[in-house]
Amino acid sequence: MPIKVEIISPEKVLVSRDVDMVVMPGEEGDIAAMPEHAPMMLLLRGGTVTLYEGETPTDHYFVGGGFADMTQTRCTILADQAVPVTEISIDAATARLEALTEAWESADKSDVSRLEGLMSKIQSVRAEIDAGAGG
Amino acid sequence: MASLKELRARIGSVKSTKKITSAMKMVAAAKLRRAQLHAEAARPYAAAMRRMLGELAGSMAGQDGLPQLLAGTGNDRVHLLIPITSDRGLAGGFNSNINRTTRLTIRRLQSEGKTVKLLPIGRKGYDYLSREYADLIVDHVIGVGGKEIPFSAASDLGAKVTALLEAGQFDVCTVIYNQFRNVMSQVPTPLQLIPLGLDEAEAKPDPDAAQYEFEPDEQVLLERLLPRNLQVQMYAALLESAAGEQGARMTAMDNATRNAGKAIDRLTQTYNRTRQANITNDLIEIISGAQAV
Repeated sequence: MPIKVEIISPEKVLVSRDVDMVVMPGEEGDIAAMPEHAPMMLLLRGGTVTLYEGETPTDHYFVGGGFADMTQTRCTILADQAVPVTEISIDAATARLEALTEAWESADKSDVSRLEGLMSKIQSVRAEIDAGAGG
Repeated sequence: MASLKELRARIGSVKSTKKITSAMKMVAAAKLRRAQLHAEAARPYAAAMRRMLGELAGSMAGQDGLPQLLAGTGNDRVHLLIPITSDRGLAGGFNSNINRTTRLTIRRLQSEGKTVKLLPIGRKGYDYLSREYADLIVDHVIGVGGKEIPFSAASDLGAKVTALLEAGQFDVCTVIYNQFRNVMSQVPTPLQLIPLGLDEAEAKPDPDAAQYEFEPDEQVLLERLLPRNLQVQMYAALLESAAGEQGARMTAMDNATRNAGKAIDRLTQTYNRTRQANITNDLIEIISGAQAV
């Protein structure tokens, strides 16, 4: 029995189809959504979402953080931004990483919430570069 | 009676006006189609967001310490109004409807003894409101309209509003935007964003559904979802408004083109009558001259 997966960014729906398993980067570790999984809502970090048909991974998408809503029959991923891994521009991502690292260096080290925000952005861009290089 | 030369000049000028309005109509029609596609593409995200928020808020109902974005500050004293207009005119009643609704809302709130603050989006609304209510405007955003609205515009706006809320600048936040019914009609609609009214979403939790698990936990998820939801709602309002603007402009320009056509017909008729009258006069002069000889 397949599970219906949807990857939605604010601008559009990227994927909407049936697959057998979805592995996604949860904030506290990767999680796989399979049919009959207990309903769950989770926060996503920047990373790769992999769609499986049977045992084989078929598609990889990079999501830059977001939320996921799983039930027994469907899995909805609300991504802050999402791109197929093959369309990642590593150069652009590297440039963004440099800008962020610079912001991190110059940021006020006592402003914890800003530092946390920057850190998660840096993590997300690193994950994007890794995903682009691997895919 | 205007001379033939004057009439010719007027016909010429109305004709070129007609060319311009009909070109603007075509452009608006093309942009409208794109804007509508965008607005439709953004809907699934907003719908899924609402579903998740409903689920989450339902499971947290009755708890204390709900975030301000959801529950508000507990007061109802200071209202922040965000009217969304376009940067450009020539769109019929599109902007003036919003401005009128905004003004009426300000009057009503003030007569109830509330404080009103304004954050107009779009040049037309800002220009209009700064004439009468300059002291109420806390901030304004211009240049969001344009061709395509990036999501970042909405998230900047959301961040701005959240910062104002956290600074205790207002209690209730309402967006006033043109809801896109169809090409002919855009309805100025107030939409309250803070506190978030979740009544309808909460009213229908599925009793058969198993209890949700949350990771990390409800509080953290809610804190992350709410600002996002604010941005998404803003984004949806901006997109609807953009589609409405093109629709309104298309209708207005269609009317203008038709009016210009009518004016040309009328002027042409006057022109021909005048021409014939002149010929008749000339003939009478010649004939009576010939008879006198």
